[in-house]
Amino acid sequence: MDMNVIPHPALDDAVNRALLRAVEGGLPLDAQPYARVGERIGISEDEVMARLQHLQDQGVIKRMGVVVRHRALGYHANGMVVWNVPDERVAATGCRLGAVPCVTLCYRRPRRLPEWPYNLFTMIHGRDRTEVLARVEQLREHCGMHDFDYQVLFSQRCFKQCGARYTSLVAPTEPHP
Amino acid sequence: MTTETLHLTRTERRLLDEFQHGFPLDPRPFARIAAELGISEAGVLESLQRLHAAGAVSRVGPVLQPNRVGVSTLAALAVPAERLEATAALVSEYPEVNHNYQREHRYNLWFVVTAPERARLDAVLADIEQRSGLRVLDLPMLEDYFIDLGFRLQWT
Repeated sequence: MDMNVIPHPALDDAVNRALLRAVEGGLPLDAQPYARVGERIGISEDEVMARLQHLQDQGVIKRMGVVVRHRALGYHANGMVVWNVPDERVAATGCRLGAVPCVTLCYRRPRRLPEWPYNLFTMIHGRDRTEVLARVEQLREHCGMHDFDYQVLFSQRCFKQCGARYTSLVAPTEPHP
Repeated sequence: MTTETLHLTRTERRLLDEFQHGFPLDPRPFARIAAELGISEAGVLESLQRLHAAGAVSRVGPVLQPNRVGVSTLAALAVPAERLEATAALVSEYPEVNHNYQREHRYNLWFVVTAPERARLDAVLADIEQRSGLRVLDLPMLEDYFIDLGFRLQWT
């Protein structure tokens, strides 16, 4: 299934879009954050909470909570581990890897042969490179991945990082309801 | 890397560890968290403000499922070493690019492009190819296997 072309139906709703724009940068650190958000977009506190619940139920919001920055917390090494997994085993392998706590992303992507044979991408954070490599070894051991060719691409420099700008994806000039 | 690691209190560690998902949908969510941690609501808010200012917390709020609002792709370029910085700057110019990293590989520049629809994504990638003279590896997500419960921190 190609998820790249499915905008969720919940996003057809202008209020949901306004709500996502209002909260994507974070809730206000205020005793009543949902009330503050509601004031901003012209709906009640209850409606803010109900809509956020709905967006979570629909899978538009993956989780809600504290979003940490790995690097500031001492996780200085970040390895993108790419695997070449036979197509018929990629879903089962991906599901297994995606549930391992040290794995922070797990996606299937297309191969681009001949230059790029890897179809499963995982992200692994560690305090240093040794820790990341040790975790990769554990994954190979515990997830039965010994036969699969893989590479670890450590990040060296960050040129740009900002949260996905969903704001720029929905018309910024929509009137408030 | 030169970033210094922040010193955290035990309560702050719990705040970071235990509230990455399932944030209360309650009119006073921070009061709910405070009750669990055995501190005051104001104490929770102060800690979060401090952790945010110190860069340990990027935000408190929703993490969106990729590709449900717009479309995105992971792209890579194999850039000759002497052109890396200039090429990275060229790529970062696009507002559609939200991550841009150098990684250790022949494909040494990796970036995420996000746009309202695939046509705009293709136009950005074509423009980058044309301006850089390099072929872009376009690797859109096909399936997401990741169960996101936040990042489990391990304290030593």
